[in-house]
Amino acid sequence: MMGGTSGLGDLDELYEAIILDHYRSPRNSAPVDDPDVDLEVNNPFCGDEFHIQLKVSDGSVSQVGINGRGCAISQASASLLAELVEGKSYAEVKAAVDSVRRLLKGEEVTEEEQDLLGDIEALGGVRKFPVRIKCALLSWVGLDDALTDHLKK
Amino acid sequence: MNGSENLIHTFDVEDVRADFPILNRKINGMNLVYLDNAATTQKPRHVIDALTRYYEETNANVHRGVHTLSVEATDAYELAREKVGGFINAPRPETVIWTRNTSESLNLVAATWAEEHVAKGDNIVITAMEHHSNIVPWQQLAMKKQAELRYIPAGKDGLLEMSNISKIIDSSTKIVSATHVSNVLGTVNPVDELTRRAHEVGAVMLVDAAQSVPHMPVDVQAMDVDFLCFSAHKMLGPTGIGVLYGKYDLLNDMSPFMFGGDMILEVTYEDAKWNDLPYKFEAGTPNIADAIATGAAVDYLNNLGMENVWRHEQELTAYALEQMSSLAGLKIIGPKDPTLRGGVISFMHDSIHPHDLGTGLDQLGIAIRTGHHCAMPLVRSYDVVAAARASFYIYNTKREIDELVNGISETAGYFAS
Ligand SMILES: Cc1ncc(COP(=O)(O)O)c(C=O)c1O
Repeated sequence: MMGGTSGLGDLDELYEAIILDHYRSPRNSAPVDDPDVDLEVNNPFCGDEFHIQLKVSDGSVSQVGINGRGCAISQASASLLAELVEGKSYAEVKAAVDSVRRLLKGEEVTEEEQDLLGDIEALGGVRKFPVRIKCALLSWVGLDDALTDHLKK
Repeated sequence: MNGSENLIHTFDVEDVRADFPILNRKINGMNLVYLDNAATTQKPRHVIDALTRYYEETNANVHRGVHTLSVEATDAYELAREKVGGFINAPRPETVIWTRNTSESLNLVAATWAEEHVAKGDNIVITAMEHHSNIVPWQQLAMKKQAELRYIPAGKDGLLEMSNISKIIDSSTKIVSATHVSNVLGTVNPVDELTRRAHEVGAVMLVDAAQSVPHMPVDVQAMDVDFLCFSAHKMLGPTGIGVLYGKYDLLNDMSPFMFGGDMILEVTYEDAKWNDLPYKFEAGTPNIADAIATGAAVDYLNNLGMENVWRHEQELTAYALEQMSSLAGLKIIGPKDPTLRGGVISFMHDSIHPHDLGTGLDQLGIAIRTGHHCAMPLVRSYDVVAAARASFYIYNTKREIDELVNGISETAGYFAS
């Protein structure tokens, strides 16, 4: 039917099994009762929208709820984020956001950071699909802003 | 490739395709299937050559010198204006103003004519299916003037709800601005009816023809519109150049949009006198090369015949609607009847986000648009945040539509498994 040599096979680089799994069954998507941090993030370019809720106590994130609509990348990324930040201190969350930013931009991440990120490394596939980097970053940037705001209060 | 298509044409699509160098490109190892023509079209060799030839043989500033090149450049620039004027049947070439694009043409009317004629308590009427370029300038103006911005609603069938237009367009309406063909729904709007109603109440009628002039015969005199806007890059021409057509008397009474060289007749240290049309609206050195190449684009389209272009797209659209409606999980928005629409089909898949679909299709060499299509309020009214869109032009074939349909099912399969 088609005249070329490639096909959808290359999609596996972007949509690794872990990504598709998080996309199909997002973690921590239930709403949080009486959240301390409650915000909507959206990317007007794609129309992706996420609702991020956190409960925080003693300088760390005790409960997370993230749900919304978006592409497989932004959904999986939000789910991976939700999984990572639960139980983490503010400083750890901030550090993770920073590592993810560098991972997605193709900059160096240390072995220690890789250990912390775990499955999140799978998001690195977007590097080959530059227009999709924003999808992967959406919830992380939102979380970063929300925590910064919260700490100012 | 073969010509085994059952399209009735007076032009041969394979001949047309041979004129477009970019169609030889491979994308991710696959033949390019370019279905993003509502965003911008590809350029034939004829247009690319016109640009090169201008820079290699004629380049000079216009309206400024007595030397040979300046005279030749001026002649070529003005000839292009005449060609574009002829293309839309403008009564005289001075009614064709070069701008940067449709957006600038719309802003020009908002910042000059509307700025002077819309006052507190007046209203401006647009439709629910406008591109942001035909919403935001009016929103801003309405806020500034304390005027009301009214919308003619669109139904779920993708058609404008015309039953109330005599209420919406009333004696306080100063301008009605509507898209001729929707860049999201494909709908061909009844602009003649809107124009009649606008004129009944003494309002002016502006038509955003960005998606119509490239695809169908448009006659500004038969339509009796007051203003009409379009972009060259959506009709085989270069980026960075567009057109505002306006009725002579309206344009003549309007204040300039920008000030500078070429748009003045006489300048003293205290004041200035405006130049005649069209130069009053063309401050500074214009986009000479791209204007000339736009003339070449018009030649190319005239050679095919706009009736034929329209017929070709109608056949492709009918075929695509039929093929796509057989796909499970796919929802097409806009009119069901292919004769009510241009070659634009927006769709959603119930299990794949448009961006994932767009990335999947790109792997197969198929270029479609995904997102809000610069019509956020309209796309949101379908209760989605984004849609995918395929849009056709003279070089597209039924075989390419088959590839699109196969690509959608393949991508859907990928995400389902
Ligand atoms: C209906 C309509 N109006 C206006 C525009 C704006 O055109 P441009 O970006 O060339 O100014 C477009 C193009 O995207 C369009 O489709």
